[in-house]
Amino acid sequence: MTVLDVRNLSVAFHTGSGRLEALKQVSFSVPANRSVGVVGESGCGKSTLINAILGLLADNGEISSGEIIFEGDKDLARLDPTAMRALRGRRIATVFQDPMGALNPVLSVGRQMRDIQYRSGLSKRDKDARSVAMLRKVRIPDPESRLAQFPHEFSGGMKQRIAIAMALMMEPALLIADEPTTALDATLEVATIELLKDLQRDIGCSVLFISHHLGVIAELCDEMIVMYAGEVVESGTTREIFHDPRHPYTQKLLACDPARLSHRVARLPTIPGTLPDLRHRPSGCVFQPRCDRADAQCRADRPPNAVIGGSHIARCWYADISLAGVGA
Amino acid sequence: MSSDDLLNVSDLRVSFRVGGLSARLAGRATEIEAVSGVGFSLQRGTTFALVGESGSGKTTLARTLNGLQPAVAGSIRFEGQELRGLSNAAMKPVRRRMPMMFQDPVGSLSPRLSVRALLSEPFIIHGLSNRDLDAEVNRLLALVGLPREFAERYPHQLSGGQARRVGVARAIALDPVLVVADEPTAGLDVSVQGEVLNLLNDLRDRMGLSMLIITHNLHVVRQIADRMAVMYLGRFVEQGDTEAIFRAPHHPYTAALLSANPEPDPDRVHQRITLPADVPSLLARPSGCEFHTRCPRAQARCAVDVPLPAMVGESRLTCHFPLNT
Repeated sequence: MTVLDVRNLSVAFHTGSGRLEALKQVSFSVPANRSVGVVGESGCGKSTLINAILGLLADNGEISSGEIIFEGDKDLARLDPTAMRALRGRRIATVFQDPMGALNPVLSVGRQMRDIQYRSGLSKRDKDARSVAMLRKVRIPDPESRLAQFPHEFSGGMKQRIAIAMALMMEPALLIADEPTTALDATLEVATIELLKDLQRDIGCSVLFISHHLGVIAELCDEMIVMYAGEVVESGTTREIFHDPRHPYTQKLLACDPARLSHRVARLPTIPGTLPDLRHRPSGCVFQPRCDRADAQCRADRPPNAVIGGSHIARCWYADISLAGVGA
Repeated sequence: MSSDDLLNVSDLRVSFRVGGLSARLAGRATEIEAVSGVGFSLQRGTTFALVGESGSGKTTLARTLNGLQPAVAGSIRFEGQELRGLSNAAMKPVRRRMPMMFQDPVGSLSPRLSVRALLSEPFIIHGLSNRDLDAEVNRLLALVGLPREFAERYPHQLSGGQARRVGVARAIALDPVLVVADEPTAGLDVSVQGEVLNLLNDLRDRMGLSMLIITHNLHVVRQIADRMAVMYLGRFVEQGDTEAIFRAPHHPYTAALLSANPEPDPDRVHQRITLPADVPSLLARPSGCEFHTRCPRAQARCAVDVPLPAMVGESRLTCHFPLNT
């Protein structure tokens, strides 16, 4: 079963200096009980993608084409705001990057956890009992007495675990996690990933995990998509993409990660050039201005989605060449 | 202190007052020691990295070096001069020699000033506005690899990497000897992170700079730092040569940090040292070795005896039962 199926989604913003195409024909799906990672650098459209799914696009943004099919029958791209509000928090939950910003500083944690069960119809005592059980699941010690405490009385790692507990409280079908570990240091980052893995198994939800940290995606996700300038340039299983990246952007991105270097180098690898202006997309392939493999065809025609095998797809004219083939 | 030492810090202590009268009357702690007996030295032309989890005191330590936070005890000797206790006016020429780069690349630039104004500011603050500021701005932009047109832009028109370059340009404007950089690559994409680190390395070589870098990205530390220190609850638990520590960490906390580093390989089998996630509060420091509540190697003695700093191999550490000996 597929929980989320995004088909040919394009999103445009109308700005003072012209129409900006933030997402262009994005397609991917999130199967039930799986974690899908979204990787890409700032400006690649990750946040726009989340906002489009949640129905939270800014007023000057519009879904110009495509569908966002949720649980097989609802098209989130066309759902009215009331129906959308009933889904958010219950069926689709979100964890954001900054745990402090996600919690209200002047309300106790217990009060906030009770508030999000607003629609459950339970008594106050039952709601608190559920909060305690959920806090225990995210390994907050001594949860009964901590319900009375305020967000500032918890450490950063604990606050993020509380935010995760709140997101999973209504047992959603889909959890969208937007860089949830970026503000944490290495030991807490790993602990949070392990926790998310366990909870996902427990609750049986799917996770759409957005990050620019490649190591975290490799550890947590079964499948992943790589985005560049609003397009999905490569998608497949995490193993396929890390072991056999086919799109030149993916190859360069992976090579840039200092985690891949086991010793000190004189110069760290970078990707020369800059992101294209999304108001004036380059002709042909979107990565062509920064690609050292680009030729006349790349500059003239947009490459098709080339199937490499199984679910592995790369939007490149030369997707049949693996890294070993070019001697990199 | 050897003659090559640019900065020499010994037994530095910084504390903050917490709680009010009610805490005092109830007999609860009214002070937390955020930096507790830290000592290290930094040689000319080298890079020193501070690592440790959030709240371990890294940023407080950096701010104290710069005189933004008073120390309650200890000494900070910079270029042979004692900095502790200097007045704000006396610190001003020191800050010219030891500028600081703050965390958030865009947030650390005033949104109301153009890049030209931002880059002229150091000269004006230090009474050097008689210089040809336009020429200085162009020189600085060239040094950090930004085109001249950027002088007219405002911070919101810059990407994270470009804003960081402006921050670097501000820091190096007055020919410093030591740059203190707080999380210089946090929030930047991997490809941009590489550019910024390459730039810092270039400037270090070209201008003979020394650097003190705060980060929690261990891969960055390995690429840029000659020496490093690991902080836990405001103390250095291990410090030494970066490569030596990466090869064979001696303190169990260092070992856990290094093993927790997520690697971009889905098939890697991790031999991870998992720590209990509950970091003790500075208000209630554990007895004995302060790491014993989370340490996988802790024994009865660790809860009682405070370990004294000792040299193990090339590293200086505080641990009763070090690893890899």
